Amino acid sequence: MSGTVTTSRTAARLDELAAVGRPALVGYLPVGFPDVPRSIEAVSMMVDAGVDVVEVGVPYTDPVMDGPVIQRAAEAALAGGARVRDVLAVVEAVADRSGGKIPALVMSYYNPVLRYGVEAFARDLAAAGGAGMITPDLIPDEAQEWSAAADEHALDKVYLVAPSSTPDRLRLTAQASRGFVYAASTMGVTGAREAVGQRAEELVAHTRAAGARHVCVGLGVSTGAQAAEVGRFADGVIVGSALVRTLLTDDPWADRLDALGRVTGELAAGVARARTTGGDS
Amino acid sequence: MPEQPEQPVRDALTETLAHQVAEKLADVQGPYFGQFGGRYVPEALIAALDELETEFRKAQGDPAFAAELSRLHRDYTGRPSPVTEVPRFAAHIADADGDGTAPVRVFLKREDLNHTGSHKINNVLGQALLVKRMGKTRVIAETGAGQHGVATATAAALLGLECVVYMGEEDTRRQALNVARMELLGATVVPVSVGTRTLKDAINEALRDWVTNVDHTHYLLGTVTGPHPFPEMVREFHRIIGEEAREQVMERVGRLPDAVMACVGGGSNALGLFNAFLDDAEVSLYGFEAGGEGIESGRHAARFSGGAPGVLHGARSYLLQDDDGQTRPSHSVSAGLDYPSVGPAHSWLHDIGRATYEPVTDSEAMEAFRLLCRTEGIIPAIESAHALAGALRLGRRMVDEGRTDQVFLINLSGRGDKDVATAARWFGLLDEDTTEGDR
Ligand SMILES: Cc1ncc(COP(=O)(O)O)c(C=O)c1O
Repeated sequence: MSGTVTTSRTAARLDELAAVGRPALVGYLPVGFPDVPRSIEAVSMMVDAGVDVVEVGVPYTDPVMDGPVIQRAAEAALAGGARVRDVLAVVEAVADRSGGKIPALVMSYYNPVLRYGVEAFARDLAAAGGAGMITPDLIPDEAQEWSAAADEHALDKVYLVAPSSTPDRLRLTAQASRGFVYAASTMGVTGAREAVGQRAEELVAHTRAAGARHVCVGLGVSTGAQAAEVGRFADGVIVGSALVRTLLTDDPWADRLDALGRVTGELAAGVARARTTGGDS
Repeated sequence: MPEQPEQPVRDALTETLAHQVAEKLADVQGPYFGQFGGRYVPEALIAALDELETEFRKAQGDPAFAAELSRLHRDYTGRPSPVTEVPRFAAHIADADGDGTAPVRVFLKREDLNHTGSHKINNVLGQALLVKRMGKTRVIAETGAGQHGVATATAAALLGLECVVYMGEEDTRRQALNVARMELLGATVVPVSVGTRTLKDAINEALRDWVTNVDHTHYLLGTVTGPHPFPEMVREFHRIIGEEAREQVMERVGRLPDAVMACVGGGSNALGLFNAFLDDAEVSLYGFEAGGEGIESGRHAARFSGGAPGVLHGARSYLLQDDDGQTRPSHSVSAGLDYPSVGPAHSWLHDIGRATYEPVTDSEAMEAFRLLCRTEGIIPAIESAHALAGALRLGRRMVDEGRTDQVFLINLSGRGDKDVATAARWFGLLDEDTTEGDR
């Protein structure tokens, strides 16, 4: 054996769902917003309301890929004292809540992981039951250290592609990724949009042609209808800002949790009907 | 000499030179400078960075590009900038009263005399010409004090480009006149009200804009930081500073200077000057960072004294950060040095021992600021005053060690017009009413 990791928990989950005829709903929430215990309650609500894969965000001072909603939540989380290690508690909570069924991926900018120690982070993430990591500002070209650590601990490595990616870069990224490839639907940052870019469908097709087995689409999806539309051609639909937004109000916490559950449910219904005849209509 | 602090430095340098037989330190190409540099950015930007690098390399080999740039340097910027000897300033190295004769000859490279008032224009003109070649129509930039924003707005006006400048809300208030300058030049200034509301957050916003509009927009980054090819490219556009200064000093004193120094924010004026001397092992190089209120206070921008290697804004370099890798806010009386990271080439020069980096506090810089005003009739930018203060300190150290006949070359990276209000407040030249007035 060469020691190459061939299995992926996230990919296995996507395959299971594909077998029953639907894409996955991938839901993002940052750790520590509004505080660590309540971020665990929020993630648990999302799990109960029907997400298939959880993305746990590490709040960071300089989130260049994020729009105002996620920026505000991250800023509040940091102001509230959220630490990088807190992400491990949330990952564990996802595993507990779902009986190990739902993969939890960490989404982190690189510097917090670099500072923690790349190998130490991979080790601790695996020990907490995490499935892997999504790296918005780490491209495969710079990821030797993370890639080695992820292989060592059998973690997924989810890199991004964008509408601007050349065929060469799609191939490179597809080859380097494990779990799925994250296709950014438009050129831009996270945040709800009226329409998800038309280039998304093309990008998914090109990424598959470049060798990716699983491609999930993120950026801009906020409604059940959009989830159904994107779920027609993607293995998974990634939603962040639309979920985070439900928690950013001044309403009592219980009401915010309810709102989160409602939006999650609406999105889950969207992906559930994505591939039925007639699609969204 | 009982101890020779120079020795380990020389050894490290010799080793590095041995490892890079084919390459001079001055010509190292990105993406990496030792373990620093790289491209830690979203994939969405990679195509644009590749395009930029290709266009830059093409331009480097194109005599027409060089000719156009030198025409602008000469006719528009006013290059070559002179070198001025400052004996009355230098006399203060021997004693604080400046009564004796100067034990050190001090020369200033006068980037302050460039059009728009600082070295920033060198890089801006180079990149703006590349923008025209790439067929892009819009430029965006970040700015702290406003110098780079003004230079970018200037080049955009000259070449007919749309220009948007991101500036921390805090800085738009502190530098209201520079905001007006940019607007007079036709640029749109966008105040950034997230995060710390200063330069670092202006860069974040510029990167978000770039990701969104990259098909017709160029990010005209203002210093030797950021993802490859910026650190190398911006160095190349500033190397003219050192090339001119080397000849000018040779002409005046018949030999190379003993010590070459500059202030280091992102590091572009320093690298532009250092570059011409990197491969002359007998020339010592000194970079002076903002020590703010002192390293112990935690309120500074001294990446080499109070930071550690990490990744910010696309490059691996020394960085002010906490135990979680969160960026720590920087502090300096000078907005141009108030940045938590530094160009990767400086981190490399630091680690191989080729250049020495020391912090200079706000008050040291302001003392040197006043000294140059009064002894030589030159009002420096507060950024540049950090280099002047460092030179005074270094000169005194050398006098103590009995070293004589030293020649110093200092980059006077900018003029102090933009800093008059800050300096007037610092020295209590404004009455309370006026001070309150700019709320
Ligand atoms: C006059 C002057 N000097 C120095 C700097 C610092 O930049 P760098 O370190 O890139 O030269 C600035 C930046 O605004 C500046 O305006």
